[in-house]
Amino acid sequence: MTTEAHAPTVDDDPVSSNPGTGTAIPAQRDGARAAQWPVLAAVSFGGAAGASARYGAALLWPTAGGAFPWTTLVVNAVGCAVIGVFMALITEARSVHRLVRPFFATGVLGGFTTFSTYAVDIQGLVNGGHARTALAGLALTLLAALAAVWATSTLTRRLVAGRRRATAHISGSAGGTGRDEEER
Amino acid sequence: MNWLLVIVGAAVGAPLRYLTDRRVQASHDTVFPWGTFAVNVSACLVLGLVTGAVAAGAASSQVQLLIGTGLCGALSTYSTFSYETLRLAQDGARFFAAANVTASVVAGLGAAFVGASLAQAFWG
Repeated sequence: MTTEAHAPTVDDDPVSSNPGTGTAIPAQRDGARAAQWPVLAAVSFGGAAGASARYGAALLWPTAGGAFPWTTLVVNAVGCAVIGVFMALITEARSVHRLVRPFFATGVLGGFTTFSTYAVDIQGLVNGGHARTALAGLALTLLAALAAVWATSTLTRRLVAGRRRATAHISGSAGGTGRDEEER
Repeated sequence: MNWLLVIVGAAVGAPLRYLTDRRVQASHDTVFPWGTFAVNVSACLVLGLVTGAVAAGAASSQVQLLIGTGLCGALSTYSTFSYETLRLAQDGARFFAAANVTASVVAGLGAAFVGASLAQAFWG
């Protein structure tokens, strides 16, 4: 990814600051590999928590056969809304514990949202002769998810930038706003 | 017991997604998020197969919870998919953003249908 310096990707390696671990000398690579275990554990715990929440939602609001897959849509849209906020905050934050992003973005949100249930729900609707509901589910889930991540990401970045400007204004440091030029 | 099955499946599925994504992303130089694409399509294939097997009575509802709700649910992701699409669009790679959405939906659905058809062929 060429844009890593600007904003992290969800599954960036939080262990090594150098993304090109493939070129590291063997000793460094072993060190990075050992440091990988806490990250994997964080992703695993987060994933279990996120998937449990999704399972709970499916138990609370079960979708009848042939019905519009509302629960999967809402779960996915909520997960997308939250990742928009989270990634915007973490991009702006000065320092965050290295396990926070693997735990929450890769683990919790990745485990909570699901692409496979989305696809298999649609496949089931088509097979059951509910093509219209299937198409609606396909399009509406996609729209809701993309709109959610776009809206929350944009809003969060705007709020953070506004707050920083206000802080810089109060402290009277003209140079403090220089970083705002990086804002998209 | 049911919760435990979901938890165990997801505890494996989520790190499997992380490792697959890191490995796939390290192996190419394009901006296209092939890693997420790969896990999502794989999970759709497996979930189609498992759901079909359960419908045919060849697998129990416990298998559905462990492999379907837990493993496939955590292996696949909508949040990373949509965030990566947004990043592509905002970084000026609109074509890749659109291609990611189209390819993921088409391939994911295709994989779900193939999985379900395989289940029907095996156990139907």
